[in-house]
Amino acid sequence: MIRNRVLFVLAAAIAVAALALPFLSFAPNRLLSGQGIALAAALEMPRGLALLAPGAVLLAVPFLRPSRGATAASVAAALLVGAGLLWLAGLHAAELAATAPPAARTSFGSGFWAMEAAALLAALDGARRLGLPAPGRIALGLATALLLAAPLAAGQLDQLSILKEYANRRDAFSDAVLRHGAIVAAALVPTLALGLPLGVLAQRRPTVGRLLFPVLNIVQTIPSIALFGLMLAPLSALSAAFPSLGIAGVGMAPAVIALTLYSLLPIVRNTAAGLDGVPEPVREAARGMGMTPAQLFLRVDVPLALPVLLAGFRITLVQAVGLAAVAALIGAGGLGAIMFQGLFANALDLVLLGAVPVILLALAADALLRLAEALLPLPGGRRAV
Amino acid sequence: MTRPMIAFEGVTKRFGSWTAVDGVSLAVEEGEFCVLVGPSGSGKSTLLRMVNRLAAPDAGAVRVAGEDIAGLAPEALRRRMGYVIQSVGLFPHWTVARNIATVPVLLGWPRARVRERVDALMRLLNLDPDRFRGLYPHQLSGGQQQRVGVARALAGDPPVLLMDEPFSALDPITRGTLRTELAQIHRKTGKTILFVTHDMDEALALADRIAVLEQGRLVQHATPREILTRPADGFVRDLVGREEWGLKRLAVETAGERARPDAPPPSEQPPGEPLPGDMPLRRALSEMIARGVDRLPVMDAEGRPAGVLHLADLVRS
Repeated sequence: MIRNRVLFVLAAAIAVAALALPFLSFAPNRLLSGQGIALAAALEMPRGLALLAPGAVLLAVPFLRPSRGATAASVAAALLVGAGLLWLAGLHAAELAATAPPAARTSFGSGFWAMEAAALLAALDGARRLGLPAPGRIALGLATALLLAAPLAAGQLDQLSILKEYANRRDAFSDAVLRHGAIVAAALVPTLALGLPLGVLAQRRPTVGRLLFPVLNIVQTIPSIALFGLMLAPLSALSAAFPSLGIAGVGMAPAVIALTLYSLLPIVRNTAAGLDGVPEPVREAARGMGMTPAQLFLRVDVPLALPVLLAGFRITLVQAVGLAAVAALIGAGGLGAIMFQGLFANALDLVLLGAVPVILLALAADALLRLAEALLPLPGGRRAV
Repeated sequence: MTRPMIAFEGVTKRFGSWTAVDGVSLAVEEGEFCVLVGPSGSGKSTLLRMVNRLAAPDAGAVRVAGEDIAGLAPEALRRRMGYVIQSVGLFPHWTVARNIATVPVLLGWPRARVRERVDALMRLLNLDPDRFRGLYPHQLSGGQQQRVGVARALAGDPPVLLMDEPFSALDPITRGTLRTELAQIHRKTGKTILFVTHDMDEALALADRIAVLEQGRLVQHATPREILTRPADGFVRDLVGREEWGLKRLAVETAGERARPDAPPPSEQPPGEPLPGDMPLRRALSEMIARGVDRLPVMDAEGRPAGVLHLADLVRS
C-alpha cells in the first residue's frame, strides 16, 4: 500500500526517466545534435551503487509507515541521488572524452534533467514534511549546496560540455557575473532611494497611494523586452542632446532605468504594507508617551515594519537578478549576454552557462535574505533562529 | 487659593460639522481623581486627548498647572503626563521592562535610575520584577498587559495621569481588581487622575468628582454622592440607572460615616468582628445579611471602637 503518494510519484518518475530517457548526450562537436546514452552505460559496478542504493531507499520509503525517521531517510536518499547523478555524469563524460576527438561534446540528456529535478523535488517535499525549525532548514540548505557543488569543485564535471564552454571563456564568464551583479546593484540604489520614501508617502497620504499603485502595477505588466525597447528612443535623444552625460540609448543606462521601474512596485508596496501593519494603538501610545515624529518612526514604525520591508527587498532582488538577464538584449552585458550568444549560435550548453548561474544567483539571494528575515526579532521579540 | 491642576476654559472641538466638545469648562484640582463619564460620542475621550494635545481645541483653552498648553511643545508636555488607553498599546517588540522605561529613556535618565524605577513600578503594580521584566507583551494576559500599561504611564513620575477607558476590555474580575489597585495607587501617590469611562458604576467607585458629558456638553460636575442624590436631570438619572439605585447609594458612603458614634458600654457591644470604618455601606449591609445580625461594631483606622452601625441607619437618608 502506498503511504506517501508524492514521494511515490517522484521516485517512479526517476525510475522511468532512468530507463526510458537518455542520461547523457554525446556529439562529435558542439553544433551537431548528439546521440543519447542510457544511464545503464554509466552505471558500472561498484560505483553504480552510489546511485542505486539511495534510489532503492527512495522507492521503498513511500510504502513504509510514515515516520520522522522514514521522511529523514527519504530526504537524505533524494539528496544522494541528486549528487550521485552529477558525479556519474561527470565520470562517464570523462571516460567518453578519453577515447573521443577533442571537439567531441558530452552534455546532460533529458533523463538527467528529469531525474535531477525529481530528486530535488523529493528532497524539498521531505524537508517540508519534517517541518524543521529555521536553523535546521538553513543547515539542510547549506548541506545540499555543498553536496551538489562538491563534484564541480573537485573538477569531476570538467569533461561535460557546459564546463568546456566555461573553460573556453573563463574570463568572459567572470566578467559577465560581475557585470550582472553591477547592473542589479546599480538598479537597487535608485530603487531604494525612491521606493522607501514613496512607500512611506503612499502609506501616509492615501491619495498618493491611489495614484502611484496603478502606475507601478501597469509598469509591472509591461513585458521586459518591450520596456527595454521603450527606453531606447528617449535615451538616444537625450544622449544626442547632451553627449557630455555619457548616457547611451543602449547599454547600462536603459537597463538600470528599466530595472528600477520594475523594482519599485515590490519595494513601495511592501514599505506601505509594512507600515500599515503597525497597530494604531501602539502608535497612539507612542505619541502619548511624548515620542517625536522621528522617534516614533525609527523606534516603533521601522522595527515593526521591518519583516515586511525585508520581504519586499527579497522579492525585488530576486526579480532584478532574473530581469537583468534580459537586459543583455539592449547591450547591457551580464550573464544574459552569454545566454543570448548561445541561443543565436544554437549552442544549448552556452545557453545553460548563462542561465544556470542566473538561477543560482537568484536562489542564493533568496536564501540569504530569508536567513536575514529569520534572524530578525519577531514581533514577540523572539528570533526564529 | 489652590490652582487647579487641569482647567478646561470654554473648550470646543469640532470634527467637520459635528461638535464633539461644546464649550466645556471644568477644573480638576491637584490630587483629585476626576472621572469623565458619558455614552459613546459624548466627547469624553476628545476632552481627555486635548489635555496632552493629541487633539487641539477649536476654541477655548486648556491649562495645566496654570499654563496654557497651546504654548508648550507637545512632546515635552506628554512626557509630563501618564497616558493609558483601552487597547493598552504596549510596544510588541520591547520587553516589559523596556516598555515601562519608555518615558524615562526619552527623558534621558541614567541607566541605573531607569532600572530602579522600573522595578519599583512593577512591584507597585503587583508584577514580580524577576518574573516579568524580560517577558514580551504577547506573553502576558490582558490584565497583566494593562498593569504594564499603567506602570509605563507612571514611569516618568508625572503629576497627571490620563486614562482612556483603561479597564473596559478586561473581564469583570480583573477589572474589579485593577480598579481597587488604581484607587490604592491614587491614595499612595497623590497623582491628579483624569479617567474616562462609559460605565457609571466604575465612575461611582473611583471618582472624587464625576463630570457627566452628553453630546459634548458638561451636564453635571459633582461628587458621586451628589450625582446619586441630586442628579442634574433625567439623563444623569438614567445614566446612574434606577435598578439597584439604593445599593449604589450605599456604595458611596462608609460604615464610619453612618455609625452611631457614642459607643455603648462593653456589655451592650454587639458581638462579632468589627467593620473597618472605611468599608462602603453596601458591603456592610452584605456583612449583616451574611452574619444574620442587625447591628455591627465599627472600628477606626487604628482598630479602636468607633461606634455601632444599625440596620435601620442604612435606610435613613
